[in-house]
Amino acid sequence: MNIVILGGTKGMGRALARRCVEHGDRVFLLGRSEVDLQRSAVDLDLRAGLGSAPDSTPRSCVARCDLEQPEGFAAALDAAQAHFAGAAIDAIVVTAGVFATQDELESDPARTERLLRVNFTNTVLFCEEARKRLLAQGGGTLCVFSSVAGDRARKPVVLYGASKAGLSAYLDGIDHKFHGQGLRVLCVRPGFVKTGMTAGLKPPPFAGEPTQVARDVRRALCGRDPRTVLYTPWIWQLVMGVIATLPRAVMRRINF
Amino acid sequence: MEAEERFAEDLAPLTSDVPLSRGLGRSYGDSSLPPQSRPVVANTTLADRLLAFDARTGILRAEAGISLLELNRLFLPHKFFVPVTPGTQFVTLGGMVASDVHGKNHHVSGCFGEHVLALRMRVGDGRIVDCSPEENHDLFYATLGGMGLTGHILEVSFRMSPIPSCWIYQESERVPHLDALLDGLSAAARDWPMTMAWIDCLTPGASMGRGILFRGRWAKANEAPSLLARPKLRLRVPFSLPSWIMQPFTVRAFNAVVYHSHIQQERRGLVSPEQFFYPLDAIRDWNRVYGSAGFTQHQSVLPHSAGRGAVRRYMELLTSLRAAGFLCVLKDCGEEGSGLLSFPRPGTSIALDLPLRPETQEHIDRLNEFVIREGGRIYLTKDALSRPEHVRAMEGRLSAFLAVRKAWDPQHRLRSAQSVRLFGDEP
Ligand SMILES: Cc1cc2nc3c(=O)[nH]c(=O)nc-3n(C[C@H](O)[C@H](O)[C@H](O)COP(=O)(O)OP(=O)(O)OC[C@H]3O[C@@H](n4cnc5c(N)ncnc54)[C@H](O)[C@@H]3O)c2cc1C
Ligand SMILES: NC(=O)c1ccc[n+]([C@@H]2O[C@H](COP(=O)([O-])OP(=O)(O)OC[C@H]3O[C@@H](n4cnc5c(N)ncnc54)[C@H](OP(=O)(O)O)[C@@H]3O)[C@@H](O)[C@H]2O)c1
Repeated sequence: MNIVILGGTKGMGRALARRCVEHGDRVFLLGRSEVDLQRSAVDLDLRAGLGSAPDSTPRSCVARCDLEQPEGFAAALDAAQAHFAGAAIDAIVVTAGVFATQDELESDPARTERLLRVNFTNTVLFCEEARKRLLAQGGGTLCVFSSVAGDRARKPVVLYGASKAGLSAYLDGIDHKFHGQGLRVLCVRPGFVKTGMTAGLKPPPFAGEPTQVARDVRRALCGRDPRTVLYTPWIWQLVMGVIATLPRAVMRRINF
Repeated sequence: MEAEERFAEDLAPLTSDVPLSRGLGRSYGDSSLPPQSRPVVANTTLADRLLAFDARTGILRAEAGISLLELNRLFLPHKFFVPVTPGTQFVTLGGMVASDVHGKNHHVSGCFGEHVLALRMRVGDGRIVDCSPEENHDLFYATLGGMGLTGHILEVSFRMSPIPSCWIYQESERVPHLDALLDGLSAAARDWPMTMAWIDCLTPGASMGRGILFRGRWAKANEAPSLLARPKLRLRVPFSLPSWIMQPFTVRAFNAVVYHSHIQQERRGLVSPEQFFYPLDAIRDWNRVYGSAGFTQHQSVLPHSAGRGAVRRYMELLTSLRAAGFLCVLKDCGEEGSGLLSFPRPGTSIALDLPLRPETQEHIDRLNEFVIREGGRIYLTKDALSRPEHVRAMEGRLSAFLAVRKAWDPQHRLRSAQSVRLFGDEP
């Protein structure tokens, strides 16, 4: 597969990029820092090429793309398409996103505005750019990391959850609208996963590892599974099933 | 103690303002815990990228937080292995350098540090510097075994070893008493690159020091299945380690069971590297057998100059203290490493688990007094309870180490709970 990943330098994106190259995919990384992207690309190339002679495997390539700078989205995706030299892109993946606790956000409107803009507005703008290109080449997968936090508002993640709820709704919508034209949408909803993003937080039961997520997501990218929503690790589908049905009165009582 | 553990993929900013780095926390003692006055530590485990590898030379450069588990997953299929491995895969590259770890091949390969070519570090004054035997060599040698006190290790270059197959040929043998065991270890050391012994340190009298002696080498390509030894593919070879470890027997029963479960006098055959090097990793939370109080370790090396009587006297002391725990491992060590505080020296290393009880401090003190009398030393990475005067008395190299540390970090910005306890740093 030819895969473009925005956010592949860290966390679940890093794990996914590694899983992909170790299974023979070609990866193009998008991200904020040129230096960091290059370092990650070297890591991917080494992992892909351990068994083969030097320079016999294709190189991972990178381009700058900052979710705070929507004017750069087109150029970044141009660079990815140029890299694959006319071959179709099988999937464009967005793992990039930001998190802050409810307390941090409530005391800092500027930070709230930034989080909402990065996680929702600009991610949607990026997806629009990506969707058009996938449709123009005849189809492909748009795989975007939303969150279980978008499924149901909970006290510790109201604002972050809202940004992801909006994103999930958008993804649901473009799946509905463009499915017939060959666009496949995969809305990934990770549960709590141990990455740098959640490092300060106390892991709940069922906390997952980025490698589990990477396995699930790559499997979904390869397969022809018609699902458009992927909960990962899978147990979170059950967990969210329960949380979604809790009456508000109960949620209030357990301070959830 | 409540301490904050900070995580980030990028170690340079992460380490700019913390007194200590830690990896996977597999040291038994307090060396990876920060001082109380500055209770924050940089956890390196998200910094796990490969930076360069040359299959012709085996030279690998990687970020310090990569785990040995991951290195093995990546490199074993391509017939490369770390030159030295400790008895668990749940350690980081940085931790392997900071403890200058040794393994079953110490008598031929020395410590991990002997295979390290260069380090990139953030030192106490905040600068990022490279060090190697050629450049800033004082910092380099003080960092091998330096327990994180000379700087944060950001990147490590070292030489991986090519291996002929992904399997180990192992022989194990039941040995009836200590003398036979020590003879067996030194005989094995002449022909085998990997040796160690499990020893029953509870049975007194004529059977004192009975145990099981392990010898191993990488299987030759024509002896081994081409199949990679992966946990899932693990072949059920009839000569694996006894599956004794999980039995919740009392320690004495346990030791007897292990000894007698090794029914034949001798076993031989192929085992996977996981079975051979990391038998404890197969059992998650194996330390729970000690109950909620947990346990500590005491690992010391008794020099050859003290004679083999020293090991016997150690065993007698242990028996009289009734201190021994679940596991006791014997290994004959080769030459001293070039790390200023590197643990091994020619002699016999004895590692034992001690369940934490009120009398444990007393036991550690008695063991340390014994080690001092015999001219040995302890392994700092396993230590949580030794007294500073004891460590000073057994560590002639300490002043040289502290001088280098002072040169690079005059204010001792970098420090740990262990350095507070042992070297008098600001709490
Ligand atoms: C079951 C088991 C078996 C073992 N067998 C062996 C053995 O056979 N031989 C042996 O030698 N050891 C053995 N050990 C000990 C273990 O190898 C060492 O304690 C090792 O240092 C642990 O690595 P870590 O990444 O967990 O480090 P931690 O425990 O997190 O830290 C250990 C020390 O390294 C320092 N450190 C870690 N990372 C860095 C960094 N990036 N920069 C600077 N300092 C750093 C810390 O400050 C601390 O002083 C064993 C441990 C266990 C649990
Ligand atoms: N971890 C969880 O428990 C969890 C749970 C549910 C959902 N999620 C979602 O899953 C996704 C991945 O999470 P993670 O835990 O892997 O996070 P992470 O480790 O923090 O990684 C986030 C990635 O996003 C990138 N990024 C951040 N801001 C960016 C910007 N302005 N422009 C471009 N890239 C940017 C980062 O790149 P830099 O290197 O440039 O910083 C990094 O690669 C996120 O969308 C997150 O909201 C996470």
